[in-house]
Amino acid sequence: MSTITEVDPAVPAGSTDPLKQRRPLGDRAFAILALASGLLVLVILVWIAVSTSQQASSWFSTEGLKIFTNNWNPAANDFGALAFIYGTAVTALIAVIMAVPVSVGIALLLTEVVPYRWSRPIVYVIDLLAVVPSVVWGLWGILVFAPWLNHIYAHIGSAVQGLWILGPLFGPPTSGASFFTAGIILAFMITPIVTSLSREVIATVPAIDKEGAYALGATRWEMISGAVWPHSQGGVIGAVLLGVGRAMGETIAVALVIGSSATITSHLFAPGYNMAAVIANQFGEATGVFRSALFGIGVLLFVFTIIINVLAHGVVERSARRKRGA
Amino acid sequence: MEQSEQNTVPGPDAIPESATRPAQVQMPEPAALREPERVAATGAPIFDLQGVSIFYGSFRAVTNVSLTIYEHEITAFIGPSGCGKTTVLRTLNRMNDLVPGSHVEGNVSYRGESLYSKSVSPISVRRRIGMVFQKPNPFPKSIYDNVAYGPRINGIHNKGKLDEIVERSLRQAALWDEVKNRLKNSGLGLSGGQAQRLCIARTLAVEPDVVLMDEPASALDPIATGAIEDLMKEIKDRYTIVVVTHNMQQATRVSDRTAFYSVLVNPESDTRTGTLVEYAPTDRLFGDPQDERTKAYVTGRMG
Amino acid sequence: MTAVTAESQQPDLREPKGWRRTKNRIMTALMVTSFAVVLIPLAFVLFTVIAKGASAISWSFLTSSIPPSVAPPGVGGIGPAIVGTIEITAVATIMAVPLGILGAIYLNEYGGKNPLAAFIGFMSDVMTGVPSIVMGLFIFTIWTLHFGLSGFGGALALACLMLPIVIRSSYEILRLVPNSLREGSYALGATKARVTVTVVLPAAIGGIVSGALLAIARAAGETAPLLFTIGTAHTVNKNVFSGANTSLPSQIFANASSPYDGAQALGWGAALTLIAICFILMIVARLVTARFARYTH
Repeated sequence: MSTITEVDPAVPAGSTDPLKQRRPLGDRAFAILALASGLLVLVILVWIAVSTSQQASSWFSTEGLKIFTNNWNPAANDFGALAFIYGTAVTALIAVIMAVPVSVGIALLLTEVVPYRWSRPIVYVIDLLAVVPSVVWGLWGILVFAPWLNHIYAHIGSAVQGLWILGPLFGPPTSGASFFTAGIILAFMITPIVTSLSREVIATVPAIDKEGAYALGATRWEMISGAVWPHSQGGVIGAVLLGVGRAMGETIAVALVIGSSATITSHLFAPGYNMAAVIANQFGEATGVFRSALFGIGVLLFVFTIIINVLAHGVVERSARRKRGA
Repeated sequence: MEQSEQNTVPGPDAIPESATRPAQVQMPEPAALREPERVAATGAPIFDLQGVSIFYGSFRAVTNVSLTIYEHEITAFIGPSGCGKTTVLRTLNRMNDLVPGSHVEGNVSYRGESLYSKSVSPISVRRRIGMVFQKPNPFPKSIYDNVAYGPRINGIHNKGKLDEIVERSLRQAALWDEVKNRLKNSGLGLSGGQAQRLCIARTLAVEPDVVLMDEPASALDPIATGAIEDLMKEIKDRYTIVVVTHNMQQATRVSDRTAFYSVLVNPESDTRTGTLVEYAPTDRLFGDPQDERTKAYVTGRMG
Repeated sequence: MTAVTAESQQPDLREPKGWRRTKNRIMTALMVTSFAVVLIPLAFVLFTVIAKGASAISWSFLTSSIPPSVAPPGVGGIGPAIVGTIEITAVATIMAVPLGILGAIYLNEYGGKNPLAAFIGFMSDVMTGVPSIVMGLFIFTIWTLHFGLSGFGGALALACLMLPIVIRSSYEILRLVPNSLREGSYALGATKARVTVTVVLPAAIGGIVSGALLAIARAAGETAPLLFTIGTAHTVNKNVFSGANTSLPSQIFANASSPYDGAQALGWGAALTLIAICFILMIVARLVTARFARYTH
């Protein structure tokens, strides 16, 4: 049969040797395009670091190590940012303390307790929770939730006044906008991600381990603590770290409900501030060193969240790898 | 439906209509099943199954199993894959409860009490009727904590008592000498044979009445297999053992009594339902099988 | 072996008494409670937004220009914000989704076990955790400072936010495409690019689209990246590349901090509109997944 007119799709057009190795131009171009898109991630990350640091340089050079002091007074040209770092840490901590038991509880509910048919509605609720935009949490938070919480804060505040530890922590509030309110709303917002990652981790526990525990006459809770928990510890810790990172970076909801007061205080019901919120609220009017300081806070926030996220993903990967190898 | 059949179990092609729907019909009592009562058993009856069928949803996985298992004996369940031997085994300690939609018809009684009555708690059942699995499944804990897990959930927290139980269980499982100096090491670091013996020790630690074993040596090399078989023979006078195996030589080596299961194919729905074909003392079943199917299995297929 | 044989006459098979059963029940109750704890605020938010926002919604509300804050309730609307959201999110999507898919293609089809690919994949996940306000600062620095406020600046910032999300979700779907499909195509003499574009992508399209829709829903709801990049506007700006613009989240943010009733009412109406958009995107994403699920098994 004549094969002269037959076109071989693998051979570059125009080449005479049907077994020629050279890849067609289109194929190479596509590969390069794909690689470039991947590299874009690294390029953007580096560019973020570089450009924001440049903008922050005048703050770093004027204040030096004083950036870590609790002395924020733009009118007097003082830009010590400790209050914001404190606020970010405190609100993230409150969020995590509240969200983690709840998220792990829901994850266990879905994987161990609820029959498959009923798990879908629960998952939908969690997805709905995730889809509510930050600004809507903030709107509801400041106009509805905070005033309502204010009553509760007032009751708790008067009840624990003067008590050891509880008094200084839960002293009387001013309005509902406070560290604690921001923490609660952050808890709502990070629950979906901690729940979904915990679920993934718990679902990888081999069924045969669970059967082993049941076969010894364990109740469901005993099986969970004996067979499920040792396997999922690492992954859940990773999920928690991810939640912390997310809580640290969440901006708009916090900006609306935290109370916008740059103070360091143990009173969780008092208004405060945090790194993301101060940037959001004050960048508009800032100039000169003030603006540079806000950039600098942004750089610090970037660095902190990168570190936490690297840790989180590292922990999750390691426990996944150990499981595959085991 | 063929009512006029003789005293043998219906042949392989005669699927009772009841294979695919819950049966009200009584199956004729096969002669082979009456054998065990005529041969002296070493102990009292422990399990008594009467007309047991096991369903997953509406699918009948096993049909009409009736047999009696005796104390301090090793009873083997053998048969081709899909014949339901593991399903029946798991019914004995209510592990099938873990499969959604599964239910059991007929009577399964343990020492005179029905295992599936409403007042019976599966947790209590499993404490008395333990199970060792095909693939060793030590918990990701230390060797000590693996063995101590069972006693701990049953309320024993005294360190001295736990030490005693751990040592005794590991000795019974013939693992003590190998691990006594590394009890704190992770259970995951053991070889296959050692891990399986650890799982056996873990099961013995709660002092069960019966130990069920689901192909305990199939994932192990021949030497480890031999160790497990020796172990079974050693502990049988303190426990009762029911073992599922696909290895007929193993059944002849260790078991006192053997039950042979096979598959009924239902041509209409193309489903397969397992059923008990013959149950006899091991020598009799292998030496002089009564049913054609048993004969075909034990002579035609080697292991 | 005395414990059990002593009771061999009458085994006690009832529920183990006391603490074990109670503990099991308490733990189960706690797990159910944790779900309730989450359900209640969600219901609370949705109920409030619907209750307070529904009265503001009308055709004129959805199309009129944005009134000054002091205006009473019922005056003006959020038309420019809706248009702005659509414009800006659309431009961001056009930039982020193809690049994200290509990035995922690199990771799954070309990168393999290559350490660079592993690193890129890892850093892409890390990038999903970069705060959106930092993206805003970034684009402000490299774009807005040079080219002024515009919807496009906001779109760039949103695209940076969406990119790692699209990469991760597309990668997960591409991974599920069975190798036998690729091999079948290779065996016919196709090049890698052709295999990827003509066989792998179509097989994965459902999951990729669904993932993209969720990324779009996320971007549509973001405020922080837009704060310093698009400015504010009260009328529709049809040119997304120049001039200040507005969006639903930006508008809600501005109105949430306003003491005036009119502005607050506008805020609730805008919030309801925004939630409706995000929910619709999410539901469509679910439908797409369900419709195409059979192709990825």
